[in-house]
Amino acid sequence: MATDGLHENETLASLKSEAESLKGKLEEERAKLHDVELHQVAERVEALGQFVMKTRRTLKGHGNKVLCMDWCKDKRRIVSSSQDGKVIVWDSFTTNKEHAVTMPCTWVMACAYAPSGCAIACGGLDNKCSVYPLTFDKNENMAAKKKSVAMHTNYLSACSFTNSDMQILTASGDGTCALWDVESGQLLQSFHGHGADVLCLDLAPSETGNTFVSGGCDKKAMVWDMRSGQCVQAFETHESDINSVRYYPSGDAFASGSDDATCRLYDLRADREVAIYSKESIIFGASSVDFSLSGRLLFAGYNDYTINVWDVLKGSRVSILFGHENRVSTLRVSPDGTAFCSGSWDHTLRTKNYLFVSLQVWA
Amino acid sequence: MSTKTASTNNIAQARRTVQQLRMEASIERIKVSKASADLMSYCEEHARNDPLLMGIPTSENPFKDKKTCIIL
Repeated sequence: MATDGLHENETLASLKSEAESLKGKLEEERAKLHDVELHQVAERVEALGQFVMKTRRTLKGHGNKVLCMDWCKDKRRIVSSSQDGKVIVWDSFTTNKEHAVTMPCTWVMACAYAPSGCAIACGGLDNKCSVYPLTFDKNENMAAKKKSVAMHTNYLSACSFTNSDMQILTASGDGTCALWDVESGQLLQSFHGHGADVLCLDLAPSETGNTFVSGGCDKKAMVWDMRSGQCVQAFETHESDINSVRYYPSGDAFASGSDDATCRLYDLRADREVAIYSKESIIFGASSVDFSLSGRLLFAGYNDYTINVWDVLKGSRVSILFGHENRVSTLRVSPDGTAFCSGSWDHTLRTKNYLFVSLQVWA
Repeated sequence: MSTKTASTNNIAQARRTVQQLRMEASIERIKVSKASADLMSYCEEHARNDPLLMGIPTSENPFKDKKTCIIL
């Protein structure tokens, strides 16, 4: 190992130029397989008819901006968190609030339902992710049973249980993601590679294996191996922060929503971006994206208060939904795909699905 | 001493970047035509079971508007 300063500088320069040439090679290899566009292949697919979706339920009760929400596996309960520190569990069929807790911090940017339905996780400006068991004992104080699991050195932006109640994956403003054991609070794996705040993450569908995707303020989407902590693929085509990432239901692709006002689809086996969902008239950032059950529709919430529904294959917008009176900050399709819920800075959450059953074919 | 540590760190970082890029450049890829065909066939296979795509009869819609009860 050289101790001579001049020699070290040469090594650094040669490493940097090797990195540049590898980046060029990576682009070349990806371009070789870019034989066609997704929307061209999708020309032979039948166009979608007209969509009419209606707000079915409006959940009112947060006193401030709703920042995050998640569905319970039972397809009816929802957990949501807001700027004023409140975390609420709702029955979306009846709109009743079943549980509520006030966090010791404001801006609870992340919340998640445990797979069992027996606990929720949340966090934000406290730099932590905490787990609260849910009980129906009216005398019990939910806050008393709180368990601190994750500790970051900056805000918590996203969290998700893995396929059990025992492990949680977190993303943070400190630029890292991490996997934690809920019971002991032990750090099991950390994921370093983003060059700035990580804003979102999504776990691959369980059949696909142990990977997850994250998006950050460095405009990169990164796919990670959960066991090794290695980044296995990275994509840098967005022009601004990536606010939301979500796997395509087959696990072979993922969508992203960004402050650059576009959503994009990246295919993992082709290792490249395969679609951009954008329009000249859409100039506000996309905050949150999710697929319908078959992957044909992509729902995206925007900072201009609207939700755009995209035909994933053809790349066209099939519907624009209004209803919120401020930014849409969070959006998730229910586990059985019968509805989706959007949360907004207008303090409400709305669940939407079909008004009419009949479909009309576009002329 | 501190500049030496900084440049050592920079070199370690640069080495990691090169290793990462080498790994990423060498993964196996498929053609976009094949990837697109697979995405499309997944959509087609599952379209029938996608309630937001196909619509649900009102009677089966768990979020249908609640009707008032009529006392007979």
